[in-house]
Amino acid sequence: MENKELELLSWNLRRDTLDIIMAGGGGHIGGDMSLLNALMVLYKNHLNITPETVDDPDRDRFVLSKGHAMEAYYAVLCHCRFLDLDDVKAGFNKFGSPYIGHPNNKLPGIEMNSGSLGHGLPVCVGMALAGKRDGKKYRVYTILGDGELAEGSVWEGAMAAGHYKLDNLCAVIDRNGLQISGSTEDVMSHKPLGARWESFGWNVLEVNGNSIAQLDKAFSQAKSYMGKPTVIISQTTKGFGSPLMENRPEWHHHLPTEEEYEAIKADFQKGKEAVASE
Amino acid sequence: MNKIPNRQAICQTLLKYAEKDKSIFALCSDSRGSAGMSPFFQQFPEQTVELGIAEQNLVSIAAGLASCGKKPYAFSPACFLASRSYEQAKVDCAYSNTNVKLIGISGGVSYGALGMSHHSAQDIAAMAALPNMRVYLPSDRFQTAKLIEALLQDEKPAYVRVGRNPVEDIYSDEACPFELNRATWLRSRAQTVRVALITCGEMVCPALEAAGLLEREGISVSVLDMYCVKPLDKAAVTEAAQNADIVVTVEEHSPYGGLGSMVAQVVGECCPKRVKCLSLPDAPVITGTSAEVFAHYGLTGRGIAKTVKELL
Repeated sequence: MENKELELLSWNLRRDTLDIIMAGGGGHIGGDMSLLNALMVLYKNHLNITPETVDDPDRDRFVLSKGHAMEAYYAVLCHCRFLDLDDVKAGFNKFGSPYIGHPNNKLPGIEMNSGSLGHGLPVCVGMALAGKRDGKKYRVYTILGDGELAEGSVWEGAMAAGHYKLDNLCAVIDRNGLQISGSTEDVMSHKPLGARWESFGWNVLEVNGNSIAQLDKAFSQAKSYMGKPTVIISQTTKGFGSPLMENRPEWHHHLPTEEEYEAIKADFQKGKEAVASE
Repeated sequence: MNKIPNRQAICQTLLKYAEKDKSIFALCSDSRGSAGMSPFFQQFPEQTVELGIAEQNLVSIAAGLASCGKKPYAFSPACFLASRSYEQAKVDCAYSNTNVKLIGISGGVSYGALGMSHHSAQDIAAMAALPNMRVYLPSDRFQTAKLIEALLQDEKPAYVRVGRNPVEDIYSDEACPFELNRATWLRSRAQTVRVALITCGEMVCPALEAAGLLEREGISVSVLDMYCVKPLDKAAVTEAAQNADIVVTVEEHSPYGGLGSMVAQVVGECCPKRVKCLSLPDAPVITGTSAEVFAHYGLTGRGIAKTVKELL
């Protein structure tokens, strides 16, 4: 899909994400908004998974390590026909529903459960190793949060991916710089982030993760990079899309009031119109 | 005296099938020697993954491999596997329901002299508490081989604990009755006895010895090898309890959440009888060889027989 179409789609998906959160009575809205572009670009332009190929041994694999950004993931999965948006909205966070606040692999298109941080990357290392040993062409992707990088298991996975030179593996770090307690750099510093990954044997790409064009290019570069796994450090804005939420850690998990909902909706509409008029 | 430890029986069984079944994978965390898996790593390098000293990674990567159709066997000392990587077992194996077989080697007090960090006296309780996770403690090399053959046939997670040292044979090539998730009767099934001994893993041998000693003194005893701690063979537990005056469990584990707790739960529910649970204590276990540790806590043939007599 072309960038302009994706730009327009991203505003629609932001709106879907917001509506899912309103329907479910809350969600991790800040991280949903920062990660949404990467998720959308992956699903629209790079992953070969469709609802018809969820069991194909040659399908690409995706694991949402930052599992709490589930509402954005629902929006993307619904758009890509894995799930039905009305069903998700009706069921999200409801008693006994499969549409829970983290990935649930009983739902079509979701490979692995997550929720506890620091699991996705090591699991993807296993998937990538399986692909290598089988001589398969599929690629393996995961998206991590930057606060998540404080989990030691992330670095165990990073070490193994570097050791086994898993160039079929691509990790995205949603580098929005905030976590629930405040700035990631105040809570637990990750600098120098790129150098850390490089030292673990990774090819490092840094992009503006609010930019669809830059993300799209980075995923293509990762695909053609041989001999090392690639990490895309995606510099994003928590709550991206509405000044009401942007860069405010209190929007890590939040249910907008009706007033806030209307204001955010209007901001998304403005964003969409700006793209349309370009 | 048998010289083949149960861990070696696992390796031999996997070697037997790995040539035909390329989806069998062995993963180690710098533990291939202590797991007795070096022959497998030498013969089937493409079916192995070394992770270094990183148990969390070991389990998550095994889950990733399983999700792509592999049959991973992840080996690590039980003391680390069931605690350091517990959350990976919970989320990536049990919750995602992946076909990962976790093999806890040197279980219980196999590393007796190395202190509490190296004792695994909580692993049964921890693993059994996870939905989807099965827990097996085979008694001897023959049963271990049968168990692994059975586990190769299914696609669900399981935790298997084996000890480090060879244990006396309970069964033989010709006589090793085995049905997955059904306990094996070793003595006096369907007979009215004074004592039902229910045990698993390395404690089966001393329990049998105790039964012999007690019988010589005119005390009738049945013995049940409950290698399948979860799913516990409830029918066998109930049958054993119904036919006995008292039930005695024997295990190499903390008194909480292990075989004894689970048996007592079933007996209490299905046919209330007195249940005595013999186990390691709820305290840092004394250090020494495993034989010394067992003797200290009365987990030998003589020790078990003595306790049983005191109960009657």
